[in-house]
Amino acid sequence: MLNRYPLWKNLLILLLLALGLLYAAPNIYPDDYAIQLSGTREAYQVDEPLLERVSAALEREGIPNKGVELDEGGNGLIRFADGESQLRAKPVIANLLGEQYVVAMNLAPTTPDWLTALGAGPMKLGLDLRGGVHFLLEVDTVQAVAQRLDVYVSEIKTKLRQERLRYRLVDHRADGSLEVKFADEAVRDEALALLRREYQEFLVTTDEQNGDYYILINLTEQSIAEIEDYAVKQNLTTLRNRVNELGVAEPLVQRQGRNRIVVQLPGVQDAAAAKRIIGKTANLEFRLEATPNAAAGSTETYEFRSQPGRKATLERDIIITGSSVANAQAAFDENGMPQVSITLDAKGGQMMGRVTRNAVQRRMAVLFVEHKSRTLTETVDGVQQERRIPYVEKRIISLATIQSVLGSQFRITGLESSTESSELALLLRAGALAAPIYFVEERSIGPSLGAENIALGVMSVKIGFALVLVFMVLYYRVFGLLANVALTLNLVLLVAVMSLLSATLTLPGIAGIVLTVGMAVDANVLIFSRIREELKNGMPAQSAISAGFGRAFTTILDANITTLIAALILFAMGTGPVKGFAVTLSVGIVTSMFTAIMVTRALVNLCYGGRKLNRLAI
Amino acid sequence: MAKQEKVLNFMRLGKVALAISALLLLVSLGSLATRGLELGLDFTGGSLVEVGYEREADLSKIRSSLNAAGYEDVVVQNFGAPTDVLIRLAETHDPKLGDHVLATLQETETQQLELRRSEYVGAQVGEELREQGGLGMLLALFMIMVYIAFRFQFKFSIGAVLALAHDVTITLGFFSVFGIEFDLTVLAAVLAVIGYSLNDTIVVFDRIRENFRLVRTGEPVDIVNLSLTQTLSRTLMTSATTLLVVLALAIFGGEIIHGFALALLVGIAVGTYSSIYVAANIMLMMGVSREDLIPPPKEDDAVDDMP
Repeated sequence: MLNRYPLWKNLLILLLLALGLLYAAPNIYPDDYAIQLSGTREAYQVDEPLLERVSAALEREGIPNKGVELDEGGNGLIRFADGESQLRAKPVIANLLGEQYVVAMNLAPTTPDWLTALGAGPMKLGLDLRGGVHFLLEVDTVQAVAQRLDVYVSEIKTKLRQERLRYRLVDHRADGSLEVKFADEAVRDEALALLRREYQEFLVTTDEQNGDYYILINLTEQSIAEIEDYAVKQNLTTLRNRVNELGVAEPLVQRQGRNRIVVQLPGVQDAAAAKRIIGKTANLEFRLEATPNAAAGSTETYEFRSQPGRKATLERDIIITGSSVANAQAAFDENGMPQVSITLDAKGGQMMGRVTRNAVQRRMAVLFVEHKSRTLTETVDGVQQERRIPYVEKRIISLATIQSVLGSQFRITGLESSTESSELALLLRAGALAAPIYFVEERSIGPSLGAENIALGVMSVKIGFALVLVFMVLYYRVFGLLANVALTLNLVLLVAVMSLLSATLTLPGIAGIVLTVGMAVDANVLIFSRIREELKNGMPAQSAISAGFGRAFTTILDANITTLIAALILFAMGTGPVKGFAVTLSVGIVTSMFTAIMVTRALVNLCYGGRKLNRLAI
Repeated sequence: MAKQEKVLNFMRLGKVALAISALLLLVSLGSLATRGLELGLDFTGGSLVEVGYEREADLSKIRSSLNAAGYEDVVVQNFGAPTDVLIRLAETHDPKLGDHVLATLQETETQQLELRRSEYVGAQVGEELREQGGLGMLLALFMIMVYIAFRFQFKFSIGAVLALAHDVTITLGFFSVFGIEFDLTVLAAVLAVIGYSLNDTIVVFDRIRENFRLVRTGEPVDIVNLSLTQTLSRTLMTSATTLLVVLALAIFGGEIIHGFALALLVGIAVGTYSSIYVAANIMLMMGVSREDLIPPPKEDDAVDDMP
């Protein structure tokens, strides 16, 4: 029994360990406090002259910085030595650059270039370690389907009119289907053929009641699923735009499950403000004021937003909505009142021109449309349930006389404050949500708590680790020492794999690391007790080493695979922090098997292999 | 076989252990049925605000000022430190809740308060999580049962899974009896306990399997005793190191993962005990025998090829 690894095996282990050290290395370099700059639109690029202006301004204010740089994504990055300079610098830079640029506080990794070139980077920190806001939003897909049905109602009406098929009524039914009512059966049948031909997504049935003939329309399961999916995707895009407008560094906007969206904004403190922007389902409608002799059916009356009680009657027809807005900027008019300058896209500009050409000296209203909901808590069968009642609030924000034909550029006045004007501008730029969304979960963690969590987590890893190291040496002496080397390398590998996967480290994740340290020893303990046992049974030292490693292997494998099963299930069902725990646990199990079996064996072979032994220090 | 050390007769205490387990299970199940778990925000839904004080906080004053401000069903308690206050509200969703609570409290205070964290979980999300959590645990148990049945034998898998159910029930029972909050991280810990306790059980099983094949004499109970004796030092050693790190986590890890560490602490202690007494006991009661484990050919060769 020689107990020697072939050269290739030793080299392979060395290579893996070297890679581990390399990819774990970025975590040693502490992050810089930084400010990130980006343009809100194509036209506003961050470039060298701009950065020079920024650094000149910082110099004037006497704020020290560690340098200004431009990354590949076209974002500017200014690094600071401490959080205080960063805090002081933000308003200075924001005032200098104005609204066209997003100025966000950030933590910038200080990974050396040669490491970055190899694709190495530090682990990401979860919100519980870094501070920030976490939202879970639910897209109201029922509402999305209802909105689509509205569109179908007007489409069906138009189609029937074009084909000169006289109908009495097209309307929603309480059960979510649509009904079309006819007085004549032959006409109904003709319409039925038309609808069947034009709409694959309809399930059409007929009915007859009290001498009236009906077509009942339901959407197919598939088309409902498509509408819902579209609504969620559309909202995802809009939310991304909005989050980008908020100027948060490294935000996360991700779909979760069928109809939910996770938004994580690291470093954001003001949850309420972030929420106002993200959750707003605001849109604008531009309509003409109704003429006094307009038919009642073609008009609607709305209240003014800033003057409750004051009302105006508007035409039902919408000229354009907020979706035709190409750009919007908040500004102040000549009297210092807040306003929003709007640029329409080509189609919107044409529509606006065509309508206002015949309406000079009439008044045009801007309607502010908001989807809101009341939440009622009620007890059903002894269980508390929340029920949301969605409603749409439409209020007039301005009603002004059209002085001349409007084109693609004009402005909206009548806003309450500059906050409102800048939020409205932001919402118009970022686009409207396809369906209302609700906040179903919200967590915000202060930065001090995050820092505290890191400190506590790191401390418990250190203490737990140290205790295990001491214990192992006391109990297994030289072999304990070798196991300790393997255990340390296991931590390095674990960090390296986590960094490579760009997994997020959370507080439970740190707990997972601690637990991994405890459990990783298990493999070594198994092997060493086996070796001791074989020695006790009178086996020669070299054979005992070999038998110990060999016999313990299946046990270790079985034990670890079952733990891995539990960890994977945890990963599949967990969210956020718990997922972080599952990740560290799973990765830890795999790396610990490698270090405890291969690395320890290699070390034992180096120490004891290939020579005659009388006794072992175990 | 060389001379063996004295074999400890573990199973002599089998009946006693059975009685202890039965008692613990009864208490746990009784408490879970009557008192239930003190479910955390993650599962119930609701709102939570954590406020940091500079000096020791006066909880009753906080309670009265919140009540005066119109907040009902408020639970105020210290969180980890006397300067750290956790406020739970049944209040439905309000984005500015954290700021409002802070402002209300600041009115009557001269010291500077800090909003450390604010959380809101919708009732529906909580309910889904409860279902998912239970389902996840059952799924884990089932998958593990299948794996062990495949690797060992059916009787082993029943023994292992019943031992796991035993550990999980007692850990949950501990949280119920002492009214400690059960949140998502504790659930994660319970799942980790499943993994850990199994680890222990498998090691014992592995040795039992090996000895059934190796030692051709003796009753099953002797084989089990022999295997338990042989693995005892390893079982204690691993439990000791794991308990050490978990203890470090419980003492130094901070309040947020305290429940997590506590669940692990209890789970590992119970898991160590159950892998010695519960799993093996059940197997013996099911009449495990040498015939259940006819060795597949070439098993030894396969092992020797491994590192």
